[in-house]
Amino acid sequence: MALEEHVQPKESFVRPSADALIRCERIEKWYGSVHALTGVDFHCERNEVVGLVGDNGAGKSTLIKILSGAERHDGGKIFVEGREVRFRSPKDAMALGIETIYQYTAMVPHMSIARNIFIGREPLKWSLGGLGWMDLRKMADHAINSLTNIDLRTRSPDTPVEELSGGQRQAVAIARAMYFKSKVLILDEPTNHLSVKETNKVLDFVAALRDQGITSVFISHNLHHIHPIADRIVAMARGEKIADIRKADITVEQMTAMIV
Amino acid sequence: MSKLAKALLSRPEISALVMLLVVVTGFAVYAPQFISTGNTRVILFAVPELGILALGTGILMIAGEFDLSVGSVFALVPMVIVILMGKLGIDPALAICLGLLVAILVGYLNGWITLTFGIPSFVTTLGMLFIARSIATVLSGGFPPPFPANTPTGLFVADLGLFRSSMLWFLAFIVLLGVMLHRTNLGNWIYATGGQRQAADDMGIDTRRVKLFCFMLCSFLAGFAGMITTFRLRSALPSLGEGLELQAIAANVIGGTALTGGIGSVAGFVIGTFLIRVIDNGLVMARIDANWFRLAIGTLTILAVILNITLRRKARAMRG
Ligand SMILES: Nc1ncnc2c1ncn2[C@@H]1O[C@H](COP(=O)(O)OP(=O)(O)OP(=O)(O)O)[C@@H](O)[C@H]1O
Ligand SMILES: [Mg+2]
Repeated sequence: MALEEHVQPKESFVRPSADALIRCERIEKWYGSVHALTGVDFHCERNEVVGLVGDNGAGKSTLIKILSGAERHDGGKIFVEGREVRFRSPKDAMALGIETIYQYTAMVPHMSIARNIFIGREPLKWSLGGLGWMDLRKMADHAINSLTNIDLRTRSPDTPVEELSGGQRQAVAIARAMYFKSKVLILDEPTNHLSVKETNKVLDFVAALRDQGITSVFISHNLHHIHPIADRIVAMARGEKIADIRKADITVEQMTAMIV
Repeated sequence: MSKLAKALLSRPEISALVMLLVVVTGFAVYAPQFISTGNTRVILFAVPELGILALGTGILMIAGEFDLSVGSVFALVPMVIVILMGKLGIDPALAICLGLLVAILVGYLNGWITLTFGIPSFVTTLGMLFIARSIATVLSGGFPPPFPANTPTGLFVADLGLFRSSMLWFLAFIVLLGVMLHRTNLGNWIYATGGQRQAADDMGIDTRRVKLFCFMLCSFLAGFAGMITTFRLRSALPSLGEGLELQAIAANVIGGTALTGGIGSVAGFVIGTFLIRVIDNGLVMARIDANWFRLAIGTLTILAVILNITLRRKARAMRG
């Protein structure tokens, strides 16, 4: 087969609807002299699971760091629910319902599950200028609820997160996003270094997010993880989007051929 | 039962408390005058000065940073206060405020340099240790400046029988900072910042500001503690507090604070402080050569860390 057959022509990329939840146009990012993103269009619709794939260094993490407010873009525009936005910090993105989970840094290991869920968004009994008395009872109660949602009923909310497995930590982070009623949940390689069993659990949670009306953007190297749960697959290479295609229109084999 | 055992094992300050009880009992048996009212007074007089210092270094350590300059700030701040009052005739209240402002400024510098240039606070504050000490010595001109008679020493070191009023300040700081660290959202941010800075950043916490605050708090408390000691001695000595930074850090570590950040408690700082002061005093009461003090503290520090790490592993291995 000729290589050209595997490359999706730009004209056939899936286009955003008028009602897209997030839409980015021509996003550019430089790290010194590295052109990490060279004008990427990206979008996600309501109630959709988007799989984001690509080789190492393709720019996936860079793109989602921009969407989550952790990095600032050097060019292009971001629209959330139709309105143009400029994030100055992750707080700005979170305020608009965009939550991100990173593989290694999703949680603070020594802190309890309950405290982790509420980092930076602690419920306060009273406060003065943003600082105040935490409502520990409320935190514990909601943590118990969240743990029930993710089948970790047997764990106390006071358990330090370091006692949880990698998959359980991802699950708690997902529960956190659900609790804060995020609209979009971005997961950067959530299945990295997880066992098959734990991977399947995390995949189930992501699939369940859609049923709750939460959009998710799921980054992975493993197409076999992405394919079963994604509605649409976006592939990147060398800072560019090289494919944007409905899952129904492509098989794992075709996809593999395209990105490698 | 296993739940209780696990809870106890995973609280390092509990093992420090056990050590404290053992040491106190040991001295009491070996040297009965150790628990006399007179000697209890001696211990309680000395506790607040190291204790206030250790509250600051401990909270900063939880936030993931060190301050080695506290011993020097401990000398610099009262030097400034006494000179302002004695040589320049400035009102004591104002002089105290200005002195403490100097402390906060030193803390701000420590934090700003550390965070702006991304260098280890160990290095920044080691530099500041020399700088602040040097300034304190130069300011004194080689001799302790005259100690003004109108200094409100009573407010800070009045003899109240079993303890001095400095103990009330210590208690106030314990309550205030204990609440801050364990009950407010700011405390949650401090633990998150020291425990896993990237995670705290990702959740939108301004970890730079959190750390800067802890640097300033630490330095402020060091200055405050130095002022108390100076008011008790009624003399501002340029050599005051030499080596005290290490005692404060030892108190934190003995109380279960992790050097890597994110772990520690106000109760631990307080128990660690008591342990150090009790051993210091107990050796004297037991007529043991006082030069063994450092050996005892050193041994205790190492033992405490080994014990804490072992217990934490045990606790983690238990389900609950
Ligand atoms: N903080 C940074 N400083 C400098 N260069 C960076 C930085 N972060 C990423 N890059 C560069 O930007 C490019 C894209 O990196 P990015 O992390 O987005 O890739 P990725 O698709 O997430 O890769 P992976 O699958 O390995 O996680 C790479 O060339 C990388 O070296
Ligand atoms: Mg990446």
